[in-house]
Amino acid sequence: MAQYAVLIYERVPAEDLPKEIMERHIGLPELIAAKGGKVTAGLALQPNETATAIRGDLVTDGPFVETKEVLAGVYLLEARDLDHALACAKLTPIVEGGVEVRPLVDFQVVAD
Amino acid sequence: MLAATVRVTRDLDEAEEAVQDAYLQALKRWAGDGVPDRPGAWLTTVARRTALNGVRHREVLRRKLPLLVEPDVAEPPEPAGPIPDDRLRLVFTCCHPALAQEAQIALTLRLVCGVATADIAHAFLVPEPTMAARLTRAKKKIAAARIPYAVPAAEDLPARVSVVLTVLHLLYAAGHTAPSGDDLVRDELTGRALDLARMLRALLPADTEVAGLLALLLVQQARRATRTDAAGRLLRLEDQDRTRWDPAMIAEADRLVVEALRNGPPGRFGVQAAIAALHAQAPSYGETDWPQILTLYDVLLRLWPSPVVALNRAVAVAMVSGPEAALAEIARLEADGRLAGYRYLPATKAELLHRLGRDAEAADAYRAALALSENAVEQEFLAARLSGA
Repeated sequence: MAQYAVLIYERVPAEDLPKEIMERHIGLPELIAAKGGKVTAGLALQPNETATAIRGDLVTDGPFVETKEVLAGVYLLEARDLDHALACAKLTPIVEGGVEVRPLVDFQVVAD
Repeated sequence: MLAATVRVTRDLDEAEEAVQDAYLQALKRWAGDGVPDRPGAWLTTVARRTALNGVRHREVLRRKLPLLVEPDVAEPPEPAGPIPDDRLRLVFTCCHPALAQEAQIALTLRLVCGVATADIAHAFLVPEPTMAARLTRAKKKIAAARIPYAVPAAEDLPARVSVVLTVLHLLYAAGHTAPSGDDLVRDELTGRALDLARMLRALLPADTEVAGLLALLLVQQARRATRTDAAGRLLRLEDQDRTRWDPAMIAEADRLVVEALRNGPPGRFGVQAAIAALHAQAPSYGETDWPQILTLYDVLLRLWPSPVVALNRAVAVAMVSGPEAALAEIARLEADGRLAGYRYLPATKAELLHRLGRDAEAADAYRAALALSENAVEQEFLAARLSGA
Protein backbone atom coordinates (compact mmCIF):
# COMPACT_ATOMS: atom_id res chain seq x y z
CA MET A 1 0.00 0.00 0.00
CA ALA A 2 1.15 3.53 -0.72
CA GLN A 3 0.83 6.36 1.78
CA TYR A 4 -0.76 9.71 1.13
CA ALA A 5 -1.56 12.83 3.12
CA VAL A 6 -4.99 14.28 2.37
CA LEU A 7 -4.97 18.03 3.06
CA ILE A 8 -8.40 19.45 3.79
CA TYR A 9 -8.99 23.02 2.63
CA GLU A 10 -12.26 24.25 4.12
CA ARG A 11 -13.24 27.92 4.28
CA VAL A 12 -15.99 27.34 6.79
CA PRO A 13 -14.46 27.40 10.31
CA ALA A 14 -14.82 24.16 12.28
CA GLU A 15 -17.23 25.70 14.84
CA ASP A 16 -19.57 26.82 12.03
CA LEU A 17 -19.64 23.50 10.21
CA PRO A 18 -23.12 21.99 10.01
CA LYS A 19 -23.70 19.08 12.36
CA GLU A 20 -24.26 16.77 9.41
CA ILE A 21 -20.78 17.59 7.99
CA MET A 22 -19.13 16.99 11.39
CA GLU A 23 -20.83 13.61 11.58
CA ARG A 24 -19.59 12.72 8.13
CA HIS A 25 -16.04 13.66 9.19
CA ILE A 26 -16.35 11.31 12.12
CA GLY A 27 -17.67 8.53 9.90
CA LEU A 28 -15.02 9.07 7.18
CA PRO A 29 -12.47 6.42 8.30
CA GLU A 30 -15.19 3.79 8.23
CA LEU A 31 -16.34 4.84 4.74
CA ILE A 32 -12.76 4.73 3.48
CA ALA A 33 -12.22 1.30 5.06
CA ALA A 34 -15.28 0.06 3.17
CA LYS A 35 -13.51 1.14 -0.03
CA GLY A 36 -10.39 -0.83 0.89
CA GLY A 37 -8.34 2.16 2.06
CA LYS A 38 -7.16 2.93 5.57
CA VAL A 39 -6.98 6.18 7.56
CA THR A 40 -3.99 5.86 9.89
CA ALA A 41 -4.05 9.32 11.52
CA GLY A 42 -6.03 12.53 11.40
CA LEU A 43 -5.51 16.09 12.64
CA ALA A 44 -8.02 18.94 12.76
CA LEU A 45 -6.49 22.43 12.96
CA GLN A 46 -7.75 25.49 14.86
CA PRO A 47 -8.57 28.43 12.51
CA ASN A 48 -5.88 30.47 10.70
CA GLU A 49 -6.15 33.33 13.24
CA THR A 50 -4.72 31.07 15.92
CA ALA A 51 -1.55 30.37 13.90
CA THR A 52 1.91 31.80 14.68
CA ALA A 53 4.65 31.80 12.04
CA ILE A 54 8.40 31.69 12.67
CA ARG A 55 10.85 32.76 9.94
CA GLY A 56 14.41 32.67 11.17
CA ASP A 57 14.18 34.69 14.39
CA LEU A 58 11.08 36.58 13.38
CA VAL A 59 7.83 35.57 15.05
CA THR A 60 4.64 36.89 13.45
CA ASP A 61 0.97 36.21 13.80
CA GLY A 62 -0.96 34.36 11.10
CA PRO A 63 -0.25 31.25 9.03
CA PHE A 64 3.05 30.82 7.19
CA VAL A 65 1.41 31.22 3.79
CA GLU A 66 -1.37 33.79 3.50
CA THR A 67 -3.95 32.50 1.05
CA LYS A 68 -7.68 32.50 0.69
CA GLU A 69 -7.58 28.76 1.13
CA VAL A 70 -7.54 27.62 4.72
CA LEU A 71 -5.77 24.42 5.68
CA ALA A 72 -8.27 23.00 8.15
CA GLY A 73 -7.01 19.49 8.68
CA VAL A 74 -5.03 16.60 7.36
CA TYR A 75 -5.27 12.84 7.50
CA LEU A 76 -2.97 10.03 6.52
CA LEU A 77 -4.33 7.55 4.05
CA GLU A 78 -3.11 4.17 2.88
CA ALA A 79 -4.26 3.23 -0.60
CA ARG A 80 -3.22 0.92 -3.45
CA ASP A 81 -2.38 3.70 -5.90
CA LEU A 82 -3.33 7.26 -6.78
CA ASP A 83 -6.67 6.31 -8.34
CA HIS A 84 -7.61 4.41 -5.20
CA ALA A 85 -6.43 7.30 -3.01
CA LEU A 86 -8.47 9.78 -5.06
CA ALA A 87 -11.56 7.59 -4.81
CA CYS A 88 -11.14 7.53 -1.00
CA ALA A 89 -10.31 11.24 -0.66
CA LYS A 90 -13.40 12.15 -2.69
CA LEU A 91 -15.47 10.94 0.27
CA THR A 92 -14.17 13.81 2.45
CA PRO A 93 -17.09 16.11 3.36
CA ILE A 94 -16.44 19.72 2.26
CA VAL A 95 -18.71 22.76 2.49
CA GLU A 96 -16.54 25.27 0.61
CA GLY A 97 -13.11 24.29 -0.64
CA GLY A 98 -11.55 20.96 -1.54
CA VAL A 99 -8.84 18.47 -0.69
CA GLU A 100 -5.31 17.90 -1.93
CA VAL A 101 -3.81 14.44 -2.14
CA ARG A 102 -0.04 14.27 -1.64
CA PRO A 103 2.07 11.13 -1.74
CA LEU A 104 4.37 10.73 1.25
CA VAL A 105 8.07 10.17 0.73
CA ASP A 106 8.62 6.45 0.46
CA PHE A 107 11.79 5.67 2.41
CA GLN A 108 12.19 2.48 0.40
CA VAL A 109 12.80 4.61 -2.67
CA VAL A 110 15.37 6.69 -0.80
CA ALA A 111 17.14 3.52 0.34
CA ASP A 112 17.41 2.29 -3.23
CA MET B 1 6.87 -3.05 -26.52
CA LEU B 2 7.49 -0.36 -23.92
CA ALA B 3 3.92 -0.83 -22.79
CA ALA B 4 4.47 -4.56 -22.25
CA THR B 5 7.75 -3.96 -20.45
CA VAL B 6 6.55 -1.29 -18.07
CA ARG B 7 4.09 -3.81 -16.64
CA VAL B 8 7.08 -5.73 -15.36
CA THR B 9 9.11 -2.84 -14.00
CA ARG B 10 6.28 -0.50 -12.90
CA ASP B 11 8.87 2.17 -13.66
CA LEU B 12 8.95 3.99 -16.98
CA ASP B 13 12.66 4.79 -16.97
CA GLU B 14 13.64 1.21 -16.23
CA ALA B 15 11.31 -0.02 -18.94
CA GLU B 16 12.80 2.38 -21.47
CA GLU B 17 16.27 1.15 -20.58
CA ALA B 18 15.24 -2.47 -20.92
CA VAL B 19 13.77 -1.79 -24.35
CA GLN B 20 16.94 -0.06 -25.52
CA ASP B 21 18.95 -2.96 -24.17
CA ALA B 22 16.78 -5.37 -26.16
CA TYR B 23 17.52 -3.47 -29.37
CA LEU B 24 21.25 -3.68 -28.65
CA GLN B 25 21.00 -7.43 -28.07
CA ALA B 26 19.02 -7.74 -31.28
CA LEU B 27 21.72 -5.97 -33.27
CA LYS B 28 24.31 -8.43 -32.01
CA ARG B 29 22.25 -11.63 -32.23
CA TRP B 30 20.46 -10.96 -35.51
CA ALA B 31 23.73 -10.18 -37.28
CA GLY B 32 24.91 -13.74 -36.52
CA ASP B 33 21.71 -15.80 -36.41
CA GLY B 34 19.52 -13.88 -38.84
CA VAL B 35 16.31 -12.00 -38.10
CA PRO B 36 13.78 -14.17 -36.21
CA ASP B 37 10.30 -14.87 -37.65
CA ARG B 38 8.59 -12.42 -35.34
CA PRO B 39 11.16 -9.71 -34.56
CA GLY B 40 8.68 -7.61 -32.56
CA ALA B 41 7.80 -10.49 -30.27
CA TRP B 42 11.48 -11.40 -29.91
CA LEU B 43 12.34 -7.84 -28.85
CA THR B 44 9.44 -7.64 -26.40
CA THR B 45 10.40 -10.95 -24.79
CA VAL B 46 14.03 -9.86 -24.38
CA ALA B 47 13.05 -6.45 -23.03
CA ARG B 48 10.68 -7.97 -20.49
CA ARG B 49 13.30 -10.54 -19.42
CA THR B 50 15.86 -7.77 -18.94
CA ALA B 51 13.34 -5.73 -17.01
CA LEU B 52 12.38 -8.69 -14.84
CA ASN B 53 16.04 -9.25 -13.95
CA GLY B 54 16.23 -5.61 -12.91
CA VAL B 55 13.15 -5.97 -10.73
CA ARG B 56 14.55 -9.11 -9.09
CA HIS B 57 17.84 -7.35 -8.48
CA ARG B 58 15.99 -4.56 -6.73
CA GLU B 59 14.03 -7.03 -4.64
CA VAL B 60 17.22 -8.72 -3.47
CA LEU B 61 18.54 -5.29 -2.45
CA ARG B 62 15.37 -4.67 -0.56
CA ARG B 63 15.57 -7.92 1.35
CA LYS B 64 19.06 -6.91 2.42
CA LEU B 65 17.73 -3.70 3.90
CA PRO B 66 15.14 -5.20 6.23
CA LEU B 67 14.87 -2.26 8.61
CA LEU B 68 13.71 0.16 5.96
CA VAL B 69 11.58 -2.28 4.11
CA GLU B 70 7.89 -2.56 4.19
CA PRO B 71 7.21 -5.65 2.10
CA ASP B 72 6.02 -4.61 -1.31
CA VAL B 73 2.68 -6.13 -2.10
CA ALA B 74 2.98 -5.35 -5.79
CA GLU B 75 1.08 -7.74 -7.99
CA PRO B 76 3.16 -10.54 -9.50
CA PRO B 77 4.65 -9.22 -12.74
CA GLU B 78 3.60 -12.26 -14.81
CA PRO B 79 1.59 -13.16 -16.75
CA ALA B 80 1.04 -10.21 -19.02
CA GLY B 81 -2.13 -9.59 -20.96
CA PRO B 82 -2.13 -9.14 -24.70
CA ILE B 83 -0.16 -6.17 -26.05
CA PRO B 84 -3.16 -3.98 -26.99
CA ASP B 85 -4.34 -3.87 -23.35
CA ASP B 86 -0.85 -2.84 -22.34
CA ARG B 87 -0.88 0.06 -24.78
CA LEU B 88 -4.27 1.14 -23.50
CA ARG B 89 -2.99 1.08 -19.91
CA LEU B 90 -0.02 3.16 -20.96
CA VAL B 91 -2.28 5.72 -22.66
CA PHE B 92 -4.33 6.05 -19.48
CA THR B 93 -1.18 6.49 -17.40
CA CYS B 94 0.20 9.18 -19.73
CA CYS B 95 -3.16 10.98 -19.84
CA HIS B 96 -3.87 10.81 -16.12
CA PRO B 97 -5.72 13.93 -14.93
CA ALA B 98 -3.18 14.30 -12.11
CA LEU B 99 -0.63 15.34 -14.76
CA ALA B 100 -0.52 18.77 -16.38
CA GLN B 101 -1.97 18.80 -19.88
CA GLU B 102 1.34 19.68 -21.55
CA ALA B 103 2.92 16.76 -19.69
CA GLN B 104 0.11 14.44 -20.81
CA ILE B 105 0.74 15.37 -24.44
CA ALA B 106 4.51 15.04 -24.17
CA LEU B 107 4.35 11.70 -22.35
CA THR B 108 1.89 10.26 -24.85
CA LEU B 109 4.18 11.17 -27.74
CA ARG B 110 7.30 9.92 -25.98
CA LEU B 111 6.03 6.71 -24.41
CA VAL B 112 3.07 5.60 -26.52
CA CYS B 113 4.32 6.76 -29.92
CA GLY B 114 8.06 6.52 -29.22
CA VAL B 115 8.79 10.00 -30.62
CA ALA B 116 12.25 11.23 -29.60
CA THR B 117 12.38 13.97 -26.96
CA ALA B 118 14.20 16.29 -29.37
CA ASP B 119 11.39 15.92 -31.94
CA ILE B 120 8.68 16.59 -29.35
CA ALA B 121 10.56 19.69 -28.22
CA HIS B 122 10.80 20.83 -31.84
CA ALA B 123 7.08 20.27 -32.44
CA PHE B 124 6.10 22.32 -29.40
CA LEU B 125 8.74 25.00 -29.93
CA VAL B 126 10.56 24.56 -26.64
CA PRO B 127 14.29 23.85 -26.13
CA GLU B 128 15.09 20.15 -25.81
CA PRO B 129 16.29 20.42 -22.18
CA THR B 130 12.97 22.05 -21.26
CA MET B 131 11.03 19.18 -22.82
CA ALA B 132 13.36 16.61 -21.22
CA ALA B 133 12.81 18.25 -17.82
CA ARG B 134 9.05 18.28 -18.37
CA LEU B 135 9.10 14.56 -19.16
CA THR B 136 11.30 13.77 -16.18
CA ARG B 137 9.05 15.70 -13.79
CA ALA B 138 6.00 13.87 -15.11
CA LYS B 139 7.67 10.47 -14.80
CA LYS B 140 8.72 11.33 -11.24
CA LYS B 141 5.17 12.20 -10.37
CA ILE B 142 3.90 8.96 -11.86
CA ALA B 143 6.33 7.06 -9.65
CA ALA B 144 5.97 9.15 -6.46
CA ALA B 145 2.18 9.48 -6.50
CA ARG B 146 1.78 5.93 -7.82
CA ILE B 147 -0.31 6.87 -10.78
CA PRO B 148 -1.56 3.42 -11.71
CA TYR B 149 -0.71 1.64 -14.90
CA ALA B 150 -4.23 0.41 -15.44
CA VAL B 151 -7.45 0.86 -17.33
CA PRO B 152 -9.66 2.92 -14.97
CA ALA B 153 -12.65 1.45 -13.15
CA ALA B 154 -15.91 1.45 -15.10
CA GLU B 155 -17.40 4.39 -13.16
CA ASP B 156 -14.34 6.56 -13.91
CA LEU B 157 -13.93 5.43 -17.52
CA PRO B 158 -16.00 8.09 -19.33
CA ALA B 159 -14.20 10.96 -17.57
CA ARG B 160 -10.79 9.38 -18.14
CA VAL B 161 -11.47 8.59 -21.80
CA SER B 162 -12.48 12.22 -22.17
CA VAL B 163 -9.02 13.33 -20.94
CA VAL B 164 -7.35 10.98 -23.44
CA LEU B 165 -9.52 12.28 -26.30
CA THR B 166 -8.72 15.88 -25.38
CA VAL B 167 -5.00 15.06 -25.53
CA LEU B 168 -5.36 13.43 -28.95
CA HIS B 169 -7.41 16.37 -30.21
CA LEU B 170 -4.80 18.86 -29.00
CA LEU B 171 -2.07 16.74 -30.55
CA TYR B 172 -3.88 16.81 -33.88
CA ALA B 173 -4.60 20.53 -33.58
CA ALA B 174 -0.93 21.25 -32.82
CA GLY B 175 0.00 19.48 -36.04
CA HIS B 176 -2.88 20.92 -38.04
CA THR B 177 -2.24 24.58 -37.39
CA ALA B 178 1.15 24.82 -35.83
CA PRO B 179 0.98 27.85 -33.52
CA SER B 180 4.05 29.35 -35.15
CA GLY B 181 6.71 28.57 -37.70
CA ASP B 182 6.52 28.06 -41.45
CA ASP B 183 4.82 24.71 -41.85
CA LEU B 184 1.09 24.94 -41.50
CA VAL B 185 0.68 21.22 -41.31
CA ARG B 186 2.96 19.04 -39.29
CA ASP B 187 2.28 15.65 -40.74
CA GLU B 188 4.11 13.91 -37.94
CA LEU B 189 1.74 15.12 -35.23
CA THR B 190 -1.46 14.79 -37.24
CA GLY B 191 -0.45 11.29 -38.33
CA ARG B 192 0.35 10.23 -34.77
CA ALA B 193 -2.91 11.62 -33.44
CA LEU B 194 -4.87 9.79 -36.12
CA ASP B 195 -3.03 6.52 -35.43
CA LEU B 196 -3.75 6.86 -31.71
CA ALA B 197 -7.42 7.61 -32.35
CA ARG B 198 -7.64 4.49 -34.53
CA MET B 199 -5.94 2.44 -31.87
CA LEU B 200 -8.33 3.75 -29.21
CA ARG B 201 -11.27 3.01 -31.47
CA ALA B 202 -10.08 -0.59 -31.87
CA LEU B 203 -9.59 -0.96 -28.12
CA LEU B 204 -12.81 0.76 -26.99
CA PRO B 205 -15.22 -0.03 -29.83
CA ALA B 206 -18.35 0.70 -27.75
CA ASP B 207 -17.33 4.25 -26.75
CA THR B 208 -19.30 6.77 -28.84
CA GLU B 209 -16.99 9.68 -28.00
CA VAL B 210 -13.99 7.71 -29.31
CA ALA B 211 -15.95 7.16 -32.53
CA GLY B 212 -16.75 10.89 -32.56
CA LEU B 213 -13.13 11.97 -32.14
CA LEU B 214 -11.89 9.59 -34.85
CA ALA B 215 -14.60 10.91 -37.20
CA LEU B 216 -13.62 14.50 -36.43
CA LEU B 217 -9.94 13.85 -37.14
CA LEU B 218 -10.77 11.94 -40.33
CA VAL B 219 -12.79 14.86 -41.75
CA GLN B 220 -10.00 17.30 -40.93
CA GLN B 221 -7.45 14.95 -42.45
CA ALA B 222 -9.62 14.48 -45.56
CA ARG B 223 -9.58 18.23 -46.18
CA ARG B 224 -5.93 18.67 -45.28
CA ALA B 225 -4.54 18.94 -48.82
CA THR B 226 -6.79 21.89 -49.67
CA ARG B 227 -6.13 24.08 -46.64
CA THR B 228 -3.41 25.93 -48.54
CA ASP B 229 -2.91 26.73 -52.21
CA ALA B 230 0.05 25.71 -54.37
CA ALA B 231 2.08 28.62 -53.00
CA GLY B 232 1.37 27.52 -49.41
CA ARG B 233 -1.14 30.30 -48.78
CA LEU B 234 -4.05 29.63 -46.43
CA LEU B 235 -7.42 29.03 -48.11
CA ARG B 236 -10.75 29.64 -46.41
CA LEU B 237 -13.29 26.82 -46.32
CA GLU B 238 -15.36 28.64 -48.95
CA ASP B 239 -12.36 28.86 -51.31
CA GLN B 240 -11.17 25.27 -50.97
CA ASP B 241 -11.35 22.85 -53.90
CA ARG B 242 -13.85 20.31 -52.59
CA THR B 243 -13.12 17.84 -55.38
CA ARG B 244 -9.73 17.26 -53.75
CA TRP B 245 -11.16 16.21 -50.41
CA ASP B 246 -10.59 12.52 -49.66
CA PRO B 247 -13.99 10.84 -50.21
CA ALA B 248 -13.02 7.55 -48.55
CA MET B 249 -12.03 9.30 -45.33
CA ILE B 250 -15.20 11.39 -45.34
CA ALA B 251 -17.34 8.28 -45.90
CA GLU B 252 -15.59 6.54 -43.00
CA ALA B 253 -16.20 9.62 -40.84
CA ASP B 254 -19.89 9.65 -41.81
CA ARG B 255 -20.36 6.07 -40.65
CA LEU B 256 -18.67 6.87 -37.36
CA VAL B 257 -20.77 10.01 -36.81
CA VAL B 258 -23.99 8.05 -37.30
CA GLU B 259 -22.75 5.50 -34.80
CA ALA B 260 -21.66 8.19 -32.31
CA LEU B 261 -25.00 9.99 -32.39
CA ARG B 262 -27.22 6.93 -32.51
CA ASN B 263 -25.85 4.96 -29.57
CA GLY B 264 -26.56 7.10 -26.54
CA PRO B 265 -26.68 10.79 -25.66
CA PRO B 266 -24.48 12.96 -27.89
CA GLY B 267 -21.05 13.91 -26.58
CA ARG B 268 -18.75 16.81 -27.36
CA PHE B 269 -16.67 15.04 -29.99
CA GLY B 270 -19.65 13.33 -31.61
CA VAL B 271 -21.37 16.69 -32.16
CA GLN B 272 -18.19 18.36 -33.41
CA ALA B 273 -17.71 15.49 -35.84
CA ALA B 274 -21.31 15.85 -37.03
CA ILE B 275 -20.70 19.53 -37.77
CA ALA B 276 -17.46 18.75 -39.62
CA ALA B 277 -19.16 15.95 -41.57
CA LEU B 278 -22.00 18.27 -42.67
CA HIS B 279 -19.40 20.70 -44.03
CA ALA B 280 -17.62 17.86 -45.79
CA GLN B 281 -20.83 16.58 -47.43
CA ALA B 282 -21.92 19.96 -48.79
CA PRO B 283 -21.27 20.46 -52.52
CA SER B 284 -20.29 24.09 -51.84
CA TYR B 285 -19.97 26.58 -48.99
CA GLY B 286 -23.26 28.27 -49.93
CA GLU B 287 -25.12 24.97 -50.23
CA THR B 288 -24.08 23.85 -46.75
CA ASP B 289 -26.95 22.91 -44.43
CA TRP B 290 -26.36 25.96 -42.20
CA PRO B 291 -29.60 25.71 -40.16
CA GLN B 292 -28.67 22.14 -39.22
CA ILE B 293 -25.12 23.26 -38.36
CA LEU B 294 -26.50 26.05 -36.16
CA THR B 295 -28.73 23.53 -34.33
CA LEU B 296 -25.68 21.32 -33.73
CA TYR B 297 -23.71 24.30 -32.40
CA ASP B 298 -26.56 25.00 -29.95
CA VAL B 299 -26.24 21.40 -28.72
CA LEU B 300 -22.46 21.69 -28.57
CA LEU B 301 -22.59 24.93 -26.58
CA ARG B 302 -24.80 23.25 -23.97
CA LEU B 303 -22.39 20.30 -23.72
CA TRP B 304 -19.30 22.49 -23.77
CA PRO B 305 -19.94 26.13 -22.81
CA SER B 306 -16.69 27.46 -24.26
CA PRO B 307 -16.27 30.92 -25.85
CA VAL B 308 -14.41 29.28 -28.75
CA VAL B 309 -17.52 27.22 -29.51
CA ALA B 310 -19.62 30.39 -29.25
CA LEU B 311 -17.31 32.07 -31.79
CA ASN B 312 -17.69 29.21 -34.26
CA ARG B 313 -21.43 29.29 -33.69
CA ALA B 314 -21.40 32.99 -34.65
CA VAL B 315 -20.14 32.00 -38.11
CA ALA B 316 -23.18 29.73 -38.54
CA VAL B 317 -25.43 32.52 -37.24
CA ALA B 318 -24.05 34.79 -39.97
CA MET B 319 -24.98 32.23 -42.63
CA VAL B 320 -28.49 31.68 -41.24
CA SER B 321 -29.49 35.15 -39.99
CA GLY B 322 -26.94 37.46 -41.63
CA PRO B 323 -23.69 39.17 -40.56
CA GLU B 324 -25.36 41.77 -38.26
CA ALA B 325 -26.80 39.06 -36.03
CA ALA B 326 -23.37 37.41 -35.91
CA LEU B 327 -21.66 40.71 -35.04
CA ALA B 328 -23.97 41.02 -32.03
CA GLU B 329 -22.67 37.60 -30.87
CA ILE B 330 -19.09 38.76 -31.47
CA ALA B 331 -19.71 41.89 -29.37
CA ARG B 332 -20.93 39.70 -26.52
CA LEU B 333 -17.76 37.61 -26.78
CA GLU B 334 -15.56 40.72 -26.78
CA ALA B 335 -17.31 41.98 -23.65
CA ASP B 336 -16.88 38.54 -22.05
CA GLY B 337 -13.09 38.99 -22.28
CA ARG B 338 -12.12 35.32 -22.16
CA LEU B 339 -11.08 35.38 -25.81
CA ALA B 340 -8.81 38.41 -25.46
CA GLY B 341 -5.65 37.48 -27.35
CA TYR B 342 -7.40 34.79 -29.42
CA ARG B 343 -6.59 35.66 -33.03
CA TYR B 344 -9.68 34.05 -34.54
CA LEU B 345 -11.99 36.52 -32.74
CA PRO B 346 -10.81 39.66 -34.60
CA ALA B 347 -10.30 37.59 -37.78
CA THR B 348 -13.94 36.44 -37.73
CA LYS B 349 -15.15 39.93 -36.91
CA ALA B 350 -13.14 41.31 -39.83
CA GLU B 351 -14.74 38.85 -42.26
CA LEU B 352 -18.24 39.78 -41.08
CA LEU B 353 -17.54 43.52 -41.34
CA HIS B 354 -16.04 42.99 -44.77
CA ARG B 355 -19.21 41.22 -45.92
CA LEU B 356 -21.23 44.23 -44.74
CA GLY B 357 -18.98 46.57 -46.69
CA ARG B 358 -17.72 48.25 -43.49
CA ASP B 359 -14.18 48.14 -44.83
CA ALA B 360 -12.47 50.61 -42.47
CA GLU B 361 -13.67 48.68 -39.41
CA ALA B 362 -12.79 45.41 -41.14
CA ALA B 363 -9.23 46.66 -41.72
CA ASP B 364 -8.85 47.49 -38.01
CA ALA B 365 -10.01 44.00 -37.08
CA TYR B 366 -7.63 42.36 -39.62
CA ARG B 367 -4.76 44.37 -38.13
CA ALA B 368 -5.74 43.20 -34.64
CA ALA B 369 -5.77 39.56 -35.83
CA LEU B 370 -2.45 40.00 -37.61
CA ALA B 371 -0.83 41.28 -34.42
CA LEU B 372 -1.91 38.12 -32.58
CA SER B 373 -0.86 35.48 -35.12
CA GLU B 374 2.58 33.86 -34.98
CA ASN B 375 2.07 31.52 -37.90
CA ALA B 376 3.73 32.78 -41.10
CA VAL B 377 1.08 31.25 -43.39
CA GLU B 378 -1.74 32.78 -41.35
CA GLN B 379 -0.01 36.16 -41.26
CA GLU B 380 0.30 36.15 -45.03
CA PHE B 381 -3.39 35.28 -45.37
CA LEU B 382 -4.47 38.07 -43.02
CA ALA B 383 -2.19 40.60 -44.71
CA ALA B 384 -3.73 39.69 -48.08
CA ARG B 385 -7.24 40.08 -46.67
CA LEU B 386 -6.21 43.41 -45.16
CA SER B 387 -4.98 44.79 -48.47
CA GLY B 388 -8.21 43.61 -50.10
CA ALA B 389 -10.46 45.02 -47.36
